[in-house]
Amino acid sequence: MSALATSLGVSATWAPVVSVRDLRVRFVTREGTVRAVNGVSFDLVPGEVLGILGESGSGKSVTLRALMGLLSGDRVRVEGEMRVAGFDIGRLTEAQTAALRGRTIAMIFQEPMLTLDPLYTIGEQIEETVIRHEHVTRQTAHARALELLEMVQIPGGARRLKAYPHEMSGGMRQRAMIAIALSCRPAILLADEPTTALDVTVQIQILLLLRRLQRELGMAVIFVTHDVGAAVEVADRLAVMYAGRFMEMGPMDAVIRSPRHPYTQGLLASTVHGSFHDHRVEAIPGMPPALIELAPGCPFAPRCRYVEDRCVATDPPDRSVGADHVARCVRASED
Amino acid sequence: MTPTPLLSVRNLTKHFPVKSGLFRRTLGVVQAVDAVSFDVLPGETLGVVGESGCGKSTTARLLVRLTEPDSGEITFDGAQIGGRDGPSLRDLRRRMQMVFQDSYASLNPRLPVGMSVAYGPFAHGLHRAEALERAAMLLEAVGLDPARYAHRYPHELSGGQRQRVNIARALAIEPRVVILDEAVSALDKSVAAQVLNLLVDLKERFQLTYVFISHDLGVVRYLSDRVLVMYLGKVVEVGPVSEVWAHPRHPYSRALLAAMPTMDPSRRITEALLTGDPPNPINPPSGCRFRTRCRFAEEVCARREPPLRMLDATDHAAACHMLAPDTGHSLAGGGAEQVGQAPAVGPTR
Repeated sequence: MSALATSLGVSATWAPVVSVRDLRVRFVTREGTVRAVNGVSFDLVPGEVLGILGESGSGKSVTLRALMGLLSGDRVRVEGEMRVAGFDIGRLTEAQTAALRGRTIAMIFQEPMLTLDPLYTIGEQIEETVIRHEHVTRQTAHARALELLEMVQIPGGARRLKAYPHEMSGGMRQRAMIAIALSCRPAILLADEPTTALDVTVQIQILLLLRRLQRELGMAVIFVTHDVGAAVEVADRLAVMYAGRFMEMGPMDAVIRSPRHPYTQGLLASTVHGSFHDHRVEAIPGMPPALIELAPGCPFAPRCRYVEDRCVATDPPDRSVGADHVARCVRASED
Repeated sequence: MTPTPLLSVRNLTKHFPVKSGLFRRTLGVVQAVDAVSFDVLPGETLGVVGESGCGKSTTARLLVRLTEPDSGEITFDGAQIGGRDGPSLRDLRRRMQMVFQDSYASLNPRLPVGMSVAYGPFAHGLHRAEALERAAMLLEAVGLDPARYAHRYPHELSGGQRQRVNIARALAIEPRVVILDEAVSALDKSVAAQVLNLLVDLKERFQLTYVFISHDLGVVRYLSDRVLVMYLGKVVEVGPVSEVWAHPRHPYSRALLAAMPTMDPSRRITEALLTGDPPNPINPPSGCRFRTRCRFAEEVCARREPPLRMLDATDHAAACHMLAPDTGHSLAGGGAEQVGQAPAVGPTR
């Protein structure tokens, strides 16, 4: 890392550990240009957990992929500035980005079966990762793999190292994937819906595990989810994403207890929780906009009950609505 | 006064053999649904919850005979399905319809959605014009303007709109019971809420009875009157939803409810009551199937299977050795009230 830092002439300043300014991602398709991310900015300090809450197509996973340097090709346009541990992701070569992955930034996904290699045992995959990044002997890597399995609470360590992914249950595979992601002790963990495919009793185990590991290892985490409940369990700060934008961002309690953007309010009201059917859920009418022909103005305006002329005319700016709490709405104000 | 059940299920069983190798030898048996009994009352919503592999979807398919049961009886409105004087399969499907999770796979991609909705009534003997008229009425009822949507193809609609079409299609032949198998699970929260509200409205308007299957406990609580908790092919607890939520009695129900995120920043979950994943339904544990994950498991739990017993006067029943006296469990008799060995569960006693 330090060698890489020197070669790029960057001093590795660690606060903030991730800094994103006006990130925009477009995909060029036959049907038109899909505007997946439309101006996202945020900072992440070491040891902080940022939850990104959004529905499908809101751009939350694309944001993570951009940060991981996974978006490339002729049909993808990435604009804006992304700094990870001081490095400007947009200006790194493929090899330099690869060097960042694993040791500085790592990612876990919703579906471990797509990430794990079905032809190798869990042990081989963890050892491979450790050897590639840290150039240690196989013996050291093996000891490390055992340690990692214990850390992610996979019982029967030595025997489990010999298991192939298909021999493990969904929860165990998710733990194995976490073990691989953490094998080189990254400073930043990107988690893309890691508990969505799991049963509720398994989901809570994984959430508790991630929370514990985050604390013990002091990692910064970006946790992307569509599940308000999961976000509340892990996040320190919460960003609510819609049509490729952060509509609201603030301390998790503040966003959940006093949401200030009409979309956040609608999303929380339409999440059925702790209510019986004697009172109705408040649904948001309509559906999210198509990202191909995104009209100017607030993207939530067509579904918003408070819509005014000025919402459609121009894009609303971020407004401060409290300590470290912003909402992108013309009506939002401090009180 | 207790109403007569509209749908009554007794000892419903379905085992799937697992075969492999050159000679297709049977390697094991998935006991997907094992001696399951329950009632569905007219006009109620019975929620069915449980984790993957618990048999909730197989139960749904057995109810509408998309899968043939190995054994057990299903009685609809007092007449046994498949019995000599009972309704035929065709009659059954007319009275019971199902909505699936995958809204796209359940619609014919080459048929405009209006035709898809009209197809059922047409096949059941309505004239073409009448069937199309009914389709238009139902699209209207599910909130899709027939003038705008009837001629569209499934791929031209959003997931939420397609699920509305599936609901309209299920209602097109005027069923009395609609089985909803994870019907809102694939939808985004804001859209799922619209469909849930729609289901509540339609139930009232068309006097429907629902069996609502979901892994999402919040949604089940919202929609259901009574709830059935399943684990590895068995019913472990059944009762009024408010009662089960307030006082879950089976250790599995308790763990399941405790694992549900609170959505309250000041009440984050600090401990998981269950460790590990649900076990493989192939060759499940002897005795009580939950015992391998239960913190109260004792020797008796491996030896004998606990029957489902009525607990108190609120139609609440659970299958656990701790809840009945003299079972040999050291914590036995925790206020449970024995009602014999009758497998029947429900308000009829």
